[in-house]
Amino acid sequence: MSDILLSIQGLTKAYPGVVANDTVSFDIGVGEVHALLGENGAGKSTLVKMIYGLVKPDSGQMLLRGQPFAPPEPRAARADGIAMVFQHFSLFDALSVAENIALGMEDPPPMRDLSRRIREVSETYGLPLDPYRTVGDLSAGERQRVEIIRCLLQYPRLLIMDEPTSVLTPQEVDILFQTLQKLQSEGTSILYISHKLEEIRKLCDTATILRLGQNVGTCVPAETTARDMAEMMVGTSLQTPERSGRALGDVALDISGLSVPSPSAFGTSLKKVHLTVRKGEILGIGGVAGNGQDELLGVLSGEISTPSDAVMLAGAPVGRLGPTARRKLGLLAAPEERLGHAAAPDMSLTENALLTGAVREKLENRGFLRWGAAQGFAERIIEAFDVRTPGPANAARSLSGGNLQKFVIGREVLQDPEVLVVNQPTWGVDAAAAAAIRQALLDLAAKGAAVICISQDLDELMEISDSFAALNEGRLSAHKDTAGLTVDEIGLMMGGAHGMEVAHV
Amino acid sequence: MIRLEKRPQSSHTWSMATPLVAVLATMIFGGALFGILGTNPLTAIRTIFFEPLFGEFAFYYRPQLLVKGAPLVLIAIGLSLGFRAGIWNIGAEGQYIIGALVGAGIALAFYPLDAWFVFPLMIIGGAAGGMAWAMIPALLKVRFGTNEILVSLMLVYVAEQFLASMALGLMKNPEGFGFPGSRNLQEYESAHNAELITGTGMHLGVVFALIAVIFAYVLLNRHMLGFQIRLTGDAPRAARFAGVKPARLILFCLGASGALAGLAGLFEVSGPAGQVNIDFNVGYGFTAIIVAFLGRLHPVGILLAGGLMALTYIGGEIAQGQLGLPSAAIQVFQGMLLFFLLALDLLTNYRFRLTRGEVA
Repeated sequence: MSDILLSIQGLTKAYPGVVANDTVSFDIGVGEVHALLGENGAGKSTLVKMIYGLVKPDSGQMLLRGQPFAPPEPRAARADGIAMVFQHFSLFDALSVAENIALGMEDPPPMRDLSRRIREVSETYGLPLDPYRTVGDLSAGERQRVEIIRCLLQYPRLLIMDEPTSVLTPQEVDILFQTLQKLQSEGTSILYISHKLEEIRKLCDTATILRLGQNVGTCVPAETTARDMAEMMVGTSLQTPERSGRALGDVALDISGLSVPSPSAFGTSLKKVHLTVRKGEILGIGGVAGNGQDELLGVLSGEISTPSDAVMLAGAPVGRLGPTARRKLGLLAAPEERLGHAAAPDMSLTENALLTGAVREKLENRGFLRWGAAQGFAERIIEAFDVRTPGPANAARSLSGGNLQKFVIGREVLQDPEVLVVNQPTWGVDAAAAAAIRQALLDLAAKGAAVICISQDLDELMEISDSFAALNEGRLSAHKDTAGLTVDEIGLMMGGAHGMEVAHV
Repeated sequence: MIRLEKRPQSSHTWSMATPLVAVLATMIFGGALFGILGTNPLTAIRTIFFEPLFGEFAFYYRPQLLVKGAPLVLIAIGLSLGFRAGIWNIGAEGQYIIGALVGAGIALAFYPLDAWFVFPLMIIGGAAGGMAWAMIPALLKVRFGTNEILVSLMLVYVAEQFLASMALGLMKNPEGFGFPGSRNLQEYESAHNAELITGTGMHLGVVFALIAVIFAYVLLNRHMLGFQIRLTGDAPRAARFAGVKPARLILFCLGASGALAGLAGLFEVSGPAGQVNIDFNVGYGFTAIIVAFLGRLHPVGILLAGGLMALTYIGGEIAQGQLGLPSAAIQVFQGMLLFFLLALDLLTNYRFRLTRGEVA
């Protein structure tokens, strides 16, 4: 591991108004798993885009095995043995695995040979995958395997992985790690981007931490605590959300045996869902995205209509009521998709405050809008949740993801809900903002509200929720107390590893 | 390399400036067109834009501005409500015709009764007729998910056939010596939409257009329904989340635009046009679409755009008469205006950036 595969020396890239990378230097050894850590906007993506030839650095240089390396485009980077698995897959649902892989190749071999090679690679690395299956039928974990195998077919010397575990169940993560370790033992270097610290401690040899575009330190993850790494990422000491012992009250919301077809053709229908949450309780709902989370939120927010008594709010049937009527009764929601669902991109924050706040904050009077009150409400959200923006007149789309998320959650929390449903409350949000959002949910529960937190982030759910259930293919598991729940149990509740447990290297 | 880059906020300056720049570009390129056709560009532009307002016969043309502008504004205001919400009523021309037919039908049914209630009844009838015609695409869309663009457009041609049938049959003037067309409502005092002040062109339709502008302004800026309209246009999913019922919005937007188009037709048939005839409609319903976009779907903008369109109409007619320009050239000129406006609209939300060659 003393050999250096890729040496990055003083890379700088500035965009108008922001320096994405400021003289970043570090080395990746041969056969090393190197973590790149940092908050959103710390410059991780820009850095790997420069390595992959998508972006040209303003200054600085890279050396690949001692030779100057400046790929003008991804094709050149690939030719030099650099492969990348993106966070968002670029696959065609209607095509088979082999066809998808052929599409990404310069000079695809005949389909039969390609399929054979796919089988070989998938068996060698413990990634079972049938080349003839249609991608549309694959789980998120299996889709990722397609992307990984696509890379492995090029026999890369450096494999870049951008947040690979965000879509995986714990068992799938284990299998991925075994694959990566096998690759590493064969001398392939891996640049692993993540903000999940425990993973990095388990997997990576070295970690480079970026903050505001600068390399703020290198450490050996196995010898550093997660807390120390997090503080290096954030630059300040972190506040862990506090949870106080709460007494649970009456049943606040109850769903019994609800089956609803998804309104979208590619959605997941809910099947016989039972859900109960009490006052003062935080119910965490885990599961890989696309297993009915959006539909569950729609059923609760009132966007999807159900039989009247299927959804009971404090004992009263609300299944047929629309979002406005439910808000009046105290059932509030914050969807996952910030722009376009939770907020209107081109509208101002004042208008977005009005979007859900009209009823409970009395922002309308016989149909006429009280703009002054709406602006006041928006200002209160900005103030209370530390939303970084010049003012409430700015458009929602001008805010960064984390800031808009704070606004969206704050908008609901400040309305004093009886029951609050949030979907992915800290997705793509930096650590400090995520901590603030989690604290707000805990405080809300402490005041006696019931909170349903749908999330893919298991650490988050373990941290804040009192009980846990998992969504898998539209079915909700039984609720279990979070205390004493093991990762294995959670994985099984999430539906196992989608058939991956057969694959062991 | 020139690249388009989305602005983080839409530019207020550009959203105000684009209509002016578009008018300017239209003058330049339209002038070039007229030049190629052998007319002095400056004279042509001057004739179109200044003659109606300040020329020798301005006393005649100025009232015409109101007469032509009022139906355009009235219809465009209605259309803009739907356009804001992404509900595309392209068939205002048909609703205009049906409004006129119902209104005129009421007048002809009462003829020659001299009573105060005839004209108010006609107004209600005109609005109801236009609204009913617009309800066809609205209900089909709500119930069966049909495309309102196609249905409303097709109904224009149905309405035109209906108009021809009425002008030649049921509503034909029995004392008209066999000529097509109804009795002239200008000669039936109880039904005549006369000028409120003689010689100004100011008729009740102008008043209604101004009221519609104010009403739309208040609706869009101060009322929940207007907020829901804008929200639906910006983010339909967020609108559902906010509690907007899409079906209700579709019915309201199409109904309101149909009613206003019907009113415009009624005021036209009982006033400036005077009678139901085969070629009574002159395309206000389609031109209003241009007016709505030229005015950036904003009520005040539409008021100004309606005036501008009326100006190019009248100026265009003068140019045809005085300079011998073909009418097609005038239509191209008006088309350019919309083209430039929509093209320049891009600058409100995007900006040009010069970049060094970089693979994105």
